[in-house]
Amino acid sequence: MANITIDGKPYVVKDGVTLIEAIDEARIPLPRYCYHPGLSIAGNCRICQVEVEKTPRTVIACNTRVADGMVIHTRSPKAKESQRVVLEFLLANHPLDCPVCDQAGECKLQDYYMEVGLYDPKFDEMKVKKTKKAFPIGPTVMLDQERCILCSRCVRFTDEITKTHEFGIFNRGDHSEVDVTPGKQLDNKYSGNVVDICPVGALTDRDFRFKVRVWYLKSQKSVCPACSRGCNMEIHYEASRPYHLQNERIMRLKPRENHEVNQWWLCDEGRYAYRPIDFNRLKKWKMPAHGGQEEADWEKVLEKLAFLLKGTGTRTNGRWALIASPQAANEEIYLQKLLFKDYLKWADIGFKAPGQEGYEDDFLIKRDKNPNSTGALEIFGLSEAASDITAIVEKAKKGEFAGIWVRDHDLAKVFGEETLRIVRQRLQVLVYEGTNGNPTADCADFVLAGAAYAEKEGSFTNFQGRVQRIWKAVEPLGDSKPAWQILTRLAGFLGLLWNYTKPESIFNDLARETPAFRDLSYKKIGDQGVVWRKSSASLRGA
Amino acid sequence: MEVAEGRGAYQTARKAVLSMKPEEIVRAVTASNLRGFGGAGFPTGKKWGFLPKDSKKPVYLVINADEGEPGTFKDRYIMERDPHLLIEGIITSAFAIGSHKAYVYIRGEYVQPFKRLQTAVDEAYQKGYLGKRIFGSSYDLDLVVHRGAGAYICGEETALLESLEGKRGLPRLKPPFPAVVGLFGCPTIINNVETLSCVPFIVKNGPEWFAGLGSPGNGGTHLFSVSGHVKKPGVYELPMGTLLREIIYRHAGGVPGDRRLKAVIPGGISAKILTAEEIDVKMDYEGLRDAGTMLGSAGVIVMDETTCMVKALYTACKFFAHESCGQCSPCREGTGWAFKIVKRIYGGQGSVRDLDTLLAIAKGMEGRTICVFADAAAWPIQSYIEKFRVEFEEYIKKRER
Ligand SMILES: Cc1cc2nc3c(=O)[nH]c(=O)nc-3n(C[C@H](O)[C@H](O)[C@H](O)COP(=O)(O)O)c2cc1C
Ligand code: SF4
Ligand code: SF4
Ligand code: FES
Repeated sequence: MANITIDGKPYVVKDGVTLIEAIDEARIPLPRYCYHPGLSIAGNCRICQVEVEKTPRTVIACNTRVADGMVIHTRSPKAKESQRVVLEFLLANHPLDCPVCDQAGECKLQDYYMEVGLYDPKFDEMKVKKTKKAFPIGPTVMLDQERCILCSRCVRFTDEITKTHEFGIFNRGDHSEVDVTPGKQLDNKYSGNVVDICPVGALTDRDFRFKVRVWYLKSQKSVCPACSRGCNMEIHYEASRPYHLQNERIMRLKPRENHEVNQWWLCDEGRYAYRPIDFNRLKKWKMPAHGGQEEADWEKVLEKLAFLLKGTGTRTNGRWALIASPQAANEEIYLQKLLFKDYLKWADIGFKAPGQEGYEDDFLIKRDKNPNSTGALEIFGLSEAASDITAIVEKAKKGEFAGIWVRDHDLAKVFGEETLRIVRQRLQVLVYEGTNGNPTADCADFVLAGAAYAEKEGSFTNFQGRVQRIWKAVEPLGDSKPAWQILTRLAGFLGLLWNYTKPESIFNDLARETPAFRDLSYKKIGDQGVVWRKSSASLRGA
Repeated sequence: MEVAEGRGAYQTARKAVLSMKPEEIVRAVTASNLRGFGGAGFPTGKKWGFLPKDSKKPVYLVINADEGEPGTFKDRYIMERDPHLLIEGIITSAFAIGSHKAYVYIRGEYVQPFKRLQTAVDEAYQKGYLGKRIFGSSYDLDLVVHRGAGAYICGEETALLESLEGKRGLPRLKPPFPAVVGLFGCPTIINNVETLSCVPFIVKNGPEWFAGLGSPGNGGTHLFSVSGHVKKPGVYELPMGTLLREIIYRHAGGVPGDRRLKAVIPGGISAKILTAEEIDVKMDYEGLRDAGTMLGSAGVIVMDETTCMVKALYTACKFFAHESCGQCSPCREGTGWAFKIVKRIYGGQGSVRDLDTLLAIAKGMEGRTICVFADAAAWPIQSYIEKFRVEFEEYIKKRER
């Protein structure tokens, strides 16, 4: 351990760490462009200058190691002057096209100019002209070479993280420019990350460009539901101007640092998977009426459904099955277990759709495209094989069920339209609960409009057994309701005395009742998640 | 080979490899006060001492023959006229540091020196002076001559290593230093052509003899490349510490047409310029440091009264703007920016305020970058303007409308 002083305060840090690591740990802001904790040290931008006492010149914090007794200043006149000088060089040839730059508002040139710049610019020459402005370098990313400050983060990302080597820096001196190598385009499973790490407006996201100025965005923590890794992320949404962009609310997803899960990254598949939150949503509740179907208030629908489920009705005396969903939160699955398995004694419960697994790599992306298969297995107490919904569908085809409650799945997509048609024919009642429209919802008797993950609280259990929380970013769209509310209300109509008013109390009961979750609480999970108690050897994919 | 051997070539290397201990050679080199002739004047023995003692990795010896510094053309003479001397120096030095593979990185434009050196290397292989069990000993040494592709920055030792590894020639961040992590991640010693060419003499005649040739702390003689406004431009081998005045007037024959001397760059284009009044300096590392400049590559560029300092600075700035590798923001932007201003001044569109901007740019570039290229680019700006400010201002005012 080394004793050092930063800006007058003493710190004890590990031997051999860099100054910038020590400074970051002390939560002291220091400008940086090329340094990124997930990439090798390049030391080329030269902005992270700090003063070290007894050293004649300022040094860069990102490539200087601590030594015992070091006295470091990040904001002394000497340090700030050094940072300012470097910034002025960086801005010398910058096009200053902030008014038409999508990065404005989250640009480190703007930020540091306000923090350490504020000089009268001396540059009075013709700026260097570069060839590629607003130039698509792949399906997702746009390049502007003139805005690039040549920090080489994008180059190092594609060299060191994806190892796809699309980027290079070409030419010399102030004609240096970043580009994709000839004949290549930026098109890998993680392309979007270069936009996040580009500190300026040189790499922008084609999906996000010009949708909204970033200062209109609000942010909520979340977890990506697109595969069983559960990458931590932020949902950036525009709630203040709903008239903007035809009521589209979710503007983009950004990775949120979690060293145990996704570090600083997000895959493109997850990053661009937000559209279903705002599009093709089920906003209305429906129930059978007069030989047809009618839209109705959610409580009316649930009351009617409860009536059927109690078996007091004539037509539905018979077995029911639950096709649950690994997209559902732990809390929701727990309530399904209480209601359908424990109380209504349904024996046929599954959630895993066969043949839906996708691409997997040895980095982030997992084969299982659901965020909570691990939690669902555990809470329902199912084996992997028993969780498969094929058996239920086969039985349904034979007419063994009076009713099926389907959550999220589209049976047409999984088993084909013909199977859905047969199943539908053999059923007296088909209940569909979910967020988005699909052929299964189209032919359901009851349609229960559910809230999307961005519209509710809860938790997922990823493939590592890490229980992670999701938070509410935006209000449930239309009449949609979070599943925990739907199930709680239904339980009420069934005569159960549940008094859950928020997911947290459900989670507390779940934690009490389910060994793997024992002793966990929202507080303990925090925003980085906690691995549950189950021995990791038994985990899927681990 | 025949001629060289007739004059005693390879005898020292043979003796070293067959009968000396590596440490003996290192000790002799240290005691000789040999300082690297690549520009920085770093004591060679001390540099060799930085090699990790019991590393399991191979040790490489890399010879810097990139000689790109404007005003410098001494290494070329060695390679063209006495390539076997360099090879003998390489063998002796490689043996001393325990290296079995050496690379000469030679400037791409040096076609003739390359051919001569390659021929000499081939001859040495034929003779068994390179390759397996050289001179019949148990010591193996391979030597590869590798041609650069024309970037000045590849003379900077770590950019050179990158280039040798087949990458873009970008200087590396230090630490780590090449002696620990060098070529292909292995311990590496990089020395200049002239530096290693001194080693056989030190081993043969003893370190005291070599130290005695020069000035205190600056062993031996040095090849001074003298160019510009002198009657006899050329390469002069003179003791370290020779007076600059003597080099210009006694050896190089003085200024042609007996015009007045105006300024001298003592150590390649990167060194700060001296005025005619400042030439009574000793040409060694301390002497020139005390005069506010540096010995650098010992490329002496002489300018007489007909020289326009604005144009001279224009030329220097153009060079640096063209050759910056472009990694570090202050260097990449600073060299280009300074060149644009100087070009504007040179073209008659300058203002006196530009001179202060230039000085501010130069100050900003100094000491904030990965390699010292940026400092080297700053020094001409600072010294030309500071020492010839009146001329710059007159130049600007004369052209003001
Ligand atoms: C921009 C730059 C260019 C350089 N060019 C050369 C060169 O052409 N030849 C050379 O020997 N050293 C050159 N050097 C110095 C080398 O980095 C290194 O110090 C030298 O090769 C070490 O050898 P020495 O210890 O024998 O002097 C250059 C340094 C810099 C910063
Ligand atoms: S494009 Fe962005 S990330 Fe890449 S080098 Fe330029 S500024 Fe850095
Ligand atoms: S100082 Fe200049 S030449 Fe040296 S590494 Fe930095 S940009 Fe390249
Ligand atoms: S952040 Fe340290 S040099 Fe770029």
